[in-house]
Amino acid sequence: MSPTMTTPEKQSGENGSPETTYQSTFIPRFDIWEGEEELLLYGDLPGVSVDDLDIRFENRELSIRGKVQPRHEGERLLDEYGIGDFHRTFTVGEAIDAEKISAEMKQGVLVLHLPKSEKLKPRRIKVKAI
Amino acid sequence: MLSTQWQPMAEMNRLRNEMDRVFGRHGNGSGRATAFPPLNVWENDDSLFVEAELPGFDLDDLEIYVTGGNHLSIAGERKQPEHEGGAWHRQERAFGKFRRTLDLPGDVNSDGVEASFCNGVLKLAMPKAEQVKPHRIEVKAI
Repeated sequence: MSPTMTTPEKQSGENGSPETTYQSTFIPRFDIWEGEEELLLYGDLPGVSVDDLDIRFENRELSIRGKVQPRHEGERLLDEYGIGDFHRTFTVGEAIDAEKISAEMKQGVLVLHLPKSEKLKPRRIKVKAI
Repeated sequence: MLSTQWQPMAEMNRLRNEMDRVFGRHGNGSGRATAFPPLNVWENDDSLFVEAELPGFDLDDLEIYVTGGNHLSIAGERKQPEHEGGAWHRQERAFGKFRRTLDLPGDVNSDGVEASFCNGVLKLAMPKAEQVKPHRIEVKAI
């Protein structure tokens, strides 16, 4: 059984820090895939540019923050979704090689590569015929 | 074991429910389900603007039509990246086909519609038809 990603994601409660652009913060939706070599996280962060992303990995805790720049001017006629910053935290049970974490962003989708530490990768044990 | 087999979602309803359940941010908390994608619409004197959050799409994946002056239709499909082996631990994002139509609050000039797509946010700028633009009435002093 592969154990690994415990995900007690926390809803960010803190609002109104000086640099936030919006009152509300939303929890972005994520897919998580685990392969032999790495964990892959895909997150939907529409409206977030690369420069407004803040990703930290510390103490097995991965924190992803995306700031959304204000948009919409003029008179609102239909208001079906709210706009705000994104924040989500994952606790990563697997040992991750923090130095090698990489991230890319394309069309509002964040892809995070979390390579597993060498010692945790599954190894094939060679059996000698004697 | 957390792994689940991915089942492409064909029906819109499920997609919609997923969206509402996970985001819980539509309709200003009224709890009313909205179609996918949720749209924001606003206007100024000259144009109507429609915006939708469509992360992971490209403009080429979308079909956008304005017909009959005020009928907007947006359709597209989003596919999940595929991986050999491994296991999905979490699948919150929605995939599949969608089509959303909307009757605009006024006629627009469909030849002048401009679509832009930035960081997964689609924005349509639609110039209002001349007859629905507000006209300033000149008042002559006599």
